[in-house]
Amino acid sequence: MEKTDKHRIDRREFLKRLGAGVTAVSATTVAGCSFRDAGTGGSAQGEVPTDKMTYRIDPKTGEQISLLGYGCMRWPMMPSPDGTGEVIDQEAVNGLVDYALAHGVNYFDTAPPYCRGLSEKATGTALKRHPRNSYYLATKMSNHRLAGQGLSPEELFDASVKMYRRSFEELQADYFDYYLLHIVGIGSGMPFLMERFFDNGLLDFLLKEREAGRIRHLGFSYHGDVKVFDYLLSRHDEFKWDFVQIQLNYMDYRHASGMNFNAEYLYAELEKRDIPAIVMEPLLGGRLTTLTNYLNGRLKQRCPEDSIASWAFRFAGSFPKVLTVLSGMTYMEHLQDNIRTFSPLDPCTEEELAVLEDTAQTMLKYPSVPCTACQYCMPCPYGLNIPAIFAHYNKCINEGNIPVSSQDENYRKARRTFLVGYDRSVPKLRQADHCIGCDQCVHHCPQSINIPAQMQRINFFVEQLKQETL
Amino acid sequence: MLRKIRAILAIIFFVSVTLLFLDFTGGWHTWMGWMAKIQFLPALLALNVGVVALLVVLTLLFGRIYCSVICPLGVMQDIVSWVGSRRKKGKNRFSYSPAKSGIRYGVLALFLVAIAAGAGSLVALIAPYSAYGRIAQNLLAPFYGWGNNLLAYLAERAESYTFYETEVWMRSLPTFIIAIVTCILLFVLTWRNGRTYCNTVCPVGTVLGLLSKYALLRPVIDPKKCTSCSLCARKCKASCIDYKNHEIDHSRCVACMDCLDACKHGAISYTRRRERAAVLSSKTEEQNPSRRHFLTGVALLLGTAAAKAQEKNVDGGLAVILDKKIPKRTTPLVPPGAGSLCNMNRRCTGCQLCVSVCPNGVLRPSSRLETLMQPEFSYERGYCRPECTKCSEVCPAGAIRKVSAEEKSAIQIGHAVWVKENCVVLTDGVQCGNCARHCPAGAISMIPSIPDDDFSPLIPMVDTERCIGCGACENLCPARPFSAIYVEGHEAHRII
Repeated sequence: MEKTDKHRIDRREFLKRLGAGVTAVSATTVAGCSFRDAGTGGSAQGEVPTDKMTYRIDPKTGEQISLLGYGCMRWPMMPSPDGTGEVIDQEAVNGLVDYALAHGVNYFDTAPPYCRGLSEKATGTALKRHPRNSYYLATKMSNHRLAGQGLSPEELFDASVKMYRRSFEELQADYFDYYLLHIVGIGSGMPFLMERFFDNGLLDFLLKEREAGRIRHLGFSYHGDVKVFDYLLSRHDEFKWDFVQIQLNYMDYRHASGMNFNAEYLYAELEKRDIPAIVMEPLLGGRLTTLTNYLNGRLKQRCPEDSIASWAFRFAGSFPKVLTVLSGMTYMEHLQDNIRTFSPLDPCTEEELAVLEDTAQTMLKYPSVPCTACQYCMPCPYGLNIPAIFAHYNKCINEGNIPVSSQDENYRKARRTFLVGYDRSVPKLRQADHCIGCDQCVHHCPQSINIPAQMQRINFFVEQLKQETL
Repeated sequence: MLRKIRAILAIIFFVSVTLLFLDFTGGWHTWMGWMAKIQFLPALLALNVGVVALLVVLTLLFGRIYCSVICPLGVMQDIVSWVGSRRKKGKNRFSYSPAKSGIRYGVLALFLVAIAAGAGSLVALIAPYSAYGRIAQNLLAPFYGWGNNLLAYLAERAESYTFYETEVWMRSLPTFIIAIVTCILLFVLTWRNGRTYCNTVCPVGTVLGLLSKYALLRPVIDPKKCTSCSLCARKCKASCIDYKNHEIDHSRCVACMDCLDACKHGAISYTRRRERAAVLSSKTEEQNPSRRHFLTGVALLLGTAAAKAQEKNVDGGLAVILDKKIPKRTTPLVPPGAGSLCNMNRRCTGCQLCVSVCPNGVLRPSSRLETLMQPEFSYERGYCRPECTKCSEVCPAGAIRKVSAEEKSAIQIGHAVWVKENCVVLTDGVQCGNCARHCPAGAISMIPSIPDDDFSPLIPMVDTERCIGCGACENLCPARPFSAIYVEGHEAHRII
């Protein structure tokens, strides 16, 4: 605490220091974020290298996996031609996939429910245009939405196998390089894991599929109850996990939210058993791409030309047992920026790690909701746009528009920005006051956010602003 | 000169009053709210003695200045008339016509009877300020709203919070149609014959006309200078100059001063009266300008998208939200401050000012025949929020008296009624309690649905003594299209 308190200086003072800092930094390049692109001339960002990607070796097959992996959960969407909803913008996806492959990215991670169930098909369509051996494909057993609906073990097994086979069709593939038990640890934890994979014999089926070569690597993605993680690792000798996917970033490393467990422990457990780790949510769904002004400035001061996001990627990539770091890149600019970060990767120095740890500690002081906009909670049966509500709230925190009292200096402006922005970001009928607390979303949240409680908290704040009772 | 002063003042008043109907942020009311309060009929109904006395004195001094400057409907007609006179044939299109006293006093009598009888919808139909309010709210406000929304759209892209979007929606079809018909009728009358409405129909005009006969200052023709060229009469939109007899019917003259500028011989001056001219003209005519009545029950058609909720096995997407429908309320809901339905019915002139300023989409003109165009509540778009007292601040007629937010929190305008068959707790088998959570009066508590079984699903119980009828429960109820809890009005409001 003491350590962070000294950073609690007022804004003006900070900006002054920042100004001085920036000049100092541009004169003496700080180690760590060496100016990779210096010398390319023209724009400050320079070209995106095609042949400098950092690769990690898969211990089982010796294959080279790009340290930047493509998460296919956030493909660009566009209004569907019949105007009833949204579909994936396939042309944009093709462009992104082509670009990623051309710049050394070779790992693609999708799952049946992603992008309202459209991700696998779009990903398969884009990848089909390239030789099958030029990329590695990962998808998942997402039977968590099938379970808990009163199906018998046999019915659940059948429905799950149907989902597995369907993934082959959607992805137009005859084998998966990586296959994951999706999101184990959520819901009730152990009982839910048993229901999904053990009681119905689904795991045995998947192990046989691995033997048959249709699954080249079998692993699981973990959130939530650590008992599940420990249990699955305790049976590593039996199942021989080829990899495990965990949520690792400088927040979750030591300050995991909700039921989630600190990544420091998870990573150490994997390292102990020599199991490669695949990193998901390195950016916490974009929450680490922009911080508060103060924190942004402190990172920019050190590496003025690097994005804030690049810090989070370098953090995740700094762990040697990490096989690949997944990023759900919607826009070309994100893809380019991330390729730069990983071509090649500059691991964080000790000092930089300390700065990031301090950043995480400072962030904890803000009442942000740890939502990563993964959309697992959606659609809310009562029409709320849960991720949009959290995104607006977090954005206002970052921008300093969450007044604490009506005596605040910027109270009027902050109040207006929050309320006007709220109506802009979320249609009235999808706002927090419509949450009835049915709790149907809670079990879906990988961050174990108590969504109804947060909705009520945010709505209480909105009411305080509207009624001016702060 | 006098004409120019009159025109400038008229424009200031007209724009200001119009903005009262257009500005949904309430900012304009802070400064210019008084302009609605000095309108004659609302002030009279509000028993606002000071304002009425002031207007009487004003008229006794200067004639019907009120009709030329303060009354927005009068100024609107002047503007139409002015445009009409820009065309070739329209320049000197008026001519003297005798007063149609039969119609004038007939309408006035009918009007007074309507007020006495509490026939608010009839009063609202004839009253000038209300007619203008209706036109502004129904025909101008949408454009203002759309304009604002365009700016809000641009502001959003510029990361500015200066403008925010407002919802543009038709509050009531009958009122909208009445506004259009009124507008067209007035337009035609004015385009052809100037201020026919003001001098033949308008009851306020008739009353002020009675006073202006005795006005201290008035336009007077000097017979010595007058050459009987008729120019003044052809310029007089009130058709009240009898140039042959050098007489002006001061009960119809709206003191627009046009004739003063028109006379090339300086024969007309605005001056103290010399002698009273006997103006008698009795030509009775059977009349009844009763306009169409609209049947009740014409509800807005709410489009209901019948899209199927998508499968639950995928991430993302938004559930379809059905629009709420208006429940059938036995007793209508009127704003806190109205006191009772009776007071509302007797005082409200249906000007739509409260409807224009309601930021929560709650107020809309009634479609019931007996209260046509008078405001009433419904909660499909929002509810009567605890911090808002806007309608009570703007009402010029005393139909909604000023209340503070604290007072309002204790005024019971109705009470909530639970509708078992709609409640999601029982239909969807989920826990809810959104009505109880949002009740500002703490009047709703959740109780087990099965007696003596504390673990049975919780259903709302309304304490009707504590309920103030604000509609938070009805508006935020997840059941659609009909809420599982709705508010029934009270005839007389109570303080709890």
